[in-house]
Formats: sequence, structure tokens, C-alpha cells
Amino acid sequence: MINFGYSRVSTIKAAVEALSKDSNAQWIAGGTNLVDLMKKGVTTPEKLIDINNLPLKEIKKTGNKLYIGALALNSEVAENELVRKEQPLLSLALQAGASQQIRNMATIGGNMMQRTRCSYFYNTDMPCNKREPGTGCGALKGFNRMHAIFGTSEKCIAVHPSDMCIALVALDAAVLVTGPKGDRRISFQNFHRLPGDTPQKDNTLERGELITGIEIPDNSYQDHVHYLKVRDRTSYAFALVSVAAAVNLQGDTIQDVRLGMGGVAHKPWRLTETENFLKGKKASEATFRQAAELALKGAHGFGHNNFKLKLAPNTLVEALKIAAGKA
Amino acid sequence: MTRKKSPNPQSEEQQPNEGRRDFLKQSTLLTALAVTPPSLLEAAELRWDEKAASYLEKMPLDLEINGKAQQLSVEPRTTLLDLLREQLGQTGTKKGCDHGQCGACTVHVDGKRVLSCLSLAVMQDGKKVTTIEGLANGDQLHPMQEAFIKHDGFQCGYCTPGQIMSGIACIREAHANSEEEIREYMSGNICRCGAYPNIVKAIVDVKQGGQKV
Repeated sequence: MINFGYSRVSTIKAAVEALSKDSNAQWIAGGTNLVDLMKKGVTTPEKLIDINNLPLKEIKKTGNKLYIGALALNSEVAENELVRKEQPLLSLALQAGASQQIRNMATIGGNMMQRTRCSYFYNTDMPCNKREPGTGCGALKGFNRMHAIFGTSEKCIAVHPSDMCIALVALDAAVLVTGPKGDRRISFQNFHRLPGDTPQKDNTLERGELITGIEIPDNSYQDHVHYLKVRDRTSYAFALVSVAAAVNLQGDTIQDVRLGMGGVAHKPWRLTETENFLKGKKASEATFRQAAELALKGAHGFGHNNFKLKLAPNTLVEALKIAAGKA
Repeated sequence: MTRKKSPNPQSEEQQPNEGRRDFLKQSTLLTALAVTPPSLLEAAELRWDEKAASYLEKMPLDLEINGKAQQLSVEPRTTLLDLLREQLGQTGTKKGCDHGQCGACTVHVDGKRVLSCLSLAVMQDGKKVTTIEGLANGDQLHPMQEAFIKHDGFQCGYCTPGQIMSGIACIREAHANSEEEIREYMSGNICRCGAYPNIVKAIVDVKQGGQKV
């Protein structure tokens, strides 16, 4: 690993100032992705600013929202009583991600900031518009088994890797940020972006904007939730396709439903149209099948990942069945 | 259980196969004898809060490793794994993939299991680290070490230190309630020779034995 400078900050103000005045600096929290990227030479910051001393670890209820500080650990959030009681879908998604060792290091804010695991992005000998804009996309006509089927561009077909974020997009979370221009709140749906012509930008943060936490509004998704992650081995692998499903049932009727899909797009994929279709309908496999067809509208494969065009609807049906207690 | 058996250089010398370990231990000694630059002392006083180290500077680092307080200095890029193995000669913690994928480098930091290959040493300042070397109490092995031997939980043994550190954590985290749960919570430790069934048996045994781990 190429050497770098290092400093620690203990206030949010100092963290924002440090990054704003130094264009080659990066923040580091858990480091589970950043240190790996630095070892591979994918990213080479000249200075790391350690933000672990910032007071952003709290998990609490504020009014009708659940607040989780950006530096809360993945493992702590997954096992937190309040999270498990009020937002069990988030807990399930977190537990499906990585391994316990990594969950003990990784933070909520860092989880949102992790980069794609596209092998062309990781291999610095390969072209990659995300790593080095203008060099091309190796995956487009390459080995693209893990790649996206929704929202792709000619510049990039990489997928977003987080499990947690799939639950958060389904739960209408908001991202709280502080930057040189002050505070703002970004809806989770608008936090990550599609590749378009600028795949190097994973999200809508501006330079110097620090994630301080997330907020999840109260909802009625405590009883019928499931996070189904399909992958190459039972545990500790990135998703081929994953589905976060939360259903609010009255008898057998779907009052309300939330659906997020992972492993299929450059961002956590929310299935709003499918949700609208399901509302008011009877929870049954036949309904879920129809919904899955609707969910796949606009999807297309790139060869090696064509199997996802079948795997994604099947995963959606199965997740809905399990969530609704119809499995 | 955080007691560490003090290293005995003489017994090491008697073992002809220990050349590489000797080398590492000697290098460690040289590192310890290196002259401390004045800038480093000054930095230590300031504790580096909101102070920057240039990329060529070493940074002061206080760690408690296996119950013993250590005052060290490291380059920012030094991982906890490399610090343990190369600077301190504690070669029990293994370097497998070095990219967070195999779990061979698992250690406990402030009681939590983490991957030392993805942990920058400088970021662990003030923390307590327990490695495989810190488990035994003198000649008395830790119950998990005993169980791994009893159930033959290793073949080549390379991943074993990481497996043992994770196995202990698995019980402490209350995630050893069934074989299925143990497998899930041990999934970050990859064994190529395939000792998994015996590792699971060892963990079940320790869990059922009810001993404090």
C-alpha cells in the first residue's frame, strides 16, 4: 500500500474543514472497503482523516423517527433492540451482509459509501469508467455475471453492493449530511445514483459533505418482513439478487407494501410501481407472480447475467411469500 | 485468558525449524532499538488529535496486546496484522488473503472480533488487542484450543488461529445456539482444507461445556 498522511478529528466541523481544504484527503471510519481499495491501488488518497472520534454513534428515537448515527457499527445496529423491534427489515439486511468480523468494523455511514465490487473496477489493469473516466467499460462485453439489469448506461453496468441500503430504500430512510454549506437531508432514493455519463459518482453527496446519520420514519412493517439474498454460497458473498420485502396485511389483503431489490442496479432499486400494483390485492402466489412480471419491466441482460432476468422475479415472489407468511 | 506466555528465546533456538520466526523476532528487536526522532516525541505529547502526520512520519501508538501495554510507533499504512507479525514477531495471527476475505487474521480488539488485515494499526490507539498468543494461561490452553485439538478442528492449521478467535467470539456474542447458527457466524473464516465439521463440533462442545470463554 502506498503510504499516506493521517490525522484524527474530534468534531464534525473539523472533519468537514479538513476535507474541504485538502482535495486529496479522504475520511476513514471502519475502513473495511477503503483499506482494501487502497491496497489494490484503486484509490490512492494522500491523507486519511480518521473520523471515529466524532459523536455519531447513537441509536435513538426522535419523535416519530428512528435515528441511527453514521458511526454506529453494522453489528451493533443489527442487534439493537430498538432496531429489531421497530425496523426488523433493516436488522435482517444487515445480518445478511459480510461477516461478523466485518460487521464489527463497518459503520452505517461507511456502508452507504462502499464502492461496487465489479471486478473490472477492482483490477487496475482493466478499463473502467468508474475508476478512471474515459477508459471504457470492461464489463459491458466482458464477464458480466454479477452485473446490473436495470438503469444501466453504455458507460457502466456495475451494481451497488450493500444489503443494508436495499432495506433502507424500501423503508423510505433519509440521509442526514453536514457540509461546507450547512446541513441537508437527502431521501434515500436520491442518495445513490444511476451511472449515466458519470459513473465515477456513486451518490449525490458534494465534496466535503459528511454523512452524520440516517432517519427512518415510523411504519407498520414489524410483522411481515423478509430479506432474501441469493448468492453463490450460503453466507459471506455478495448478492446475485436480493429482495427486501415488507408487507402490511389486514387479513389476507395487502394494505401496504415496500420492495427493494439489490444486485440489479447501480443503486438500491426501489419497486414503486410494483408496490402500487400490490396494494389492496390478496396476498397469494398468483398475485406475487404478476407483481414480479411488472417489476422486471425495462430489465435487460448483458449475456453472462441473463440468468438474473429469471432469478430476480423468482426471488421477488419468494421474498413476498416468506414475508406474507405464505411460503 | 488474556495472559500471555512470555517468549523464551532459548527454547526457540533449540527448534531448528524456527529460523523464520527467529528472524522476525530479531527484526522486532531492531525496530524497538531504532532511535526515536524528537518530532515523534512531540507528536506523542499532542496525541495527534486534529494534528496531521506527513506520510513519511511514524506515528506514536499505545496498544495493550495480550495484557501487556506497548508503546509503539508505526507508519500510517501499517495494518494491525503487519504490526503484530512483522514489528512485534507475534506470528500466530495469520496473513491469508490480506484483503478481508478469509478471516485468518481475526483478532479481538476491545473484545470484538475484527480483521487485522483491514485495520490500520494507528487507528487502534488506546485499544486492547487479544491474539491467539494471548489465549493460553501459561501451559494451560484455552478451552477452545483444547476443543480444536480434541475434535481435530484443523488439518493444515493455517486458518486455525483465526477460526479459534472467531469461535470464542461466536459464543460470547451468543450466536452459538445451533450448528446452523454457528456455521452462519463462522462464515467469515474460510478453510480450504475443509475442517468445518470438526470446527463446528469443537464450538458446540465448548458452548455446551458452559465454561467461561
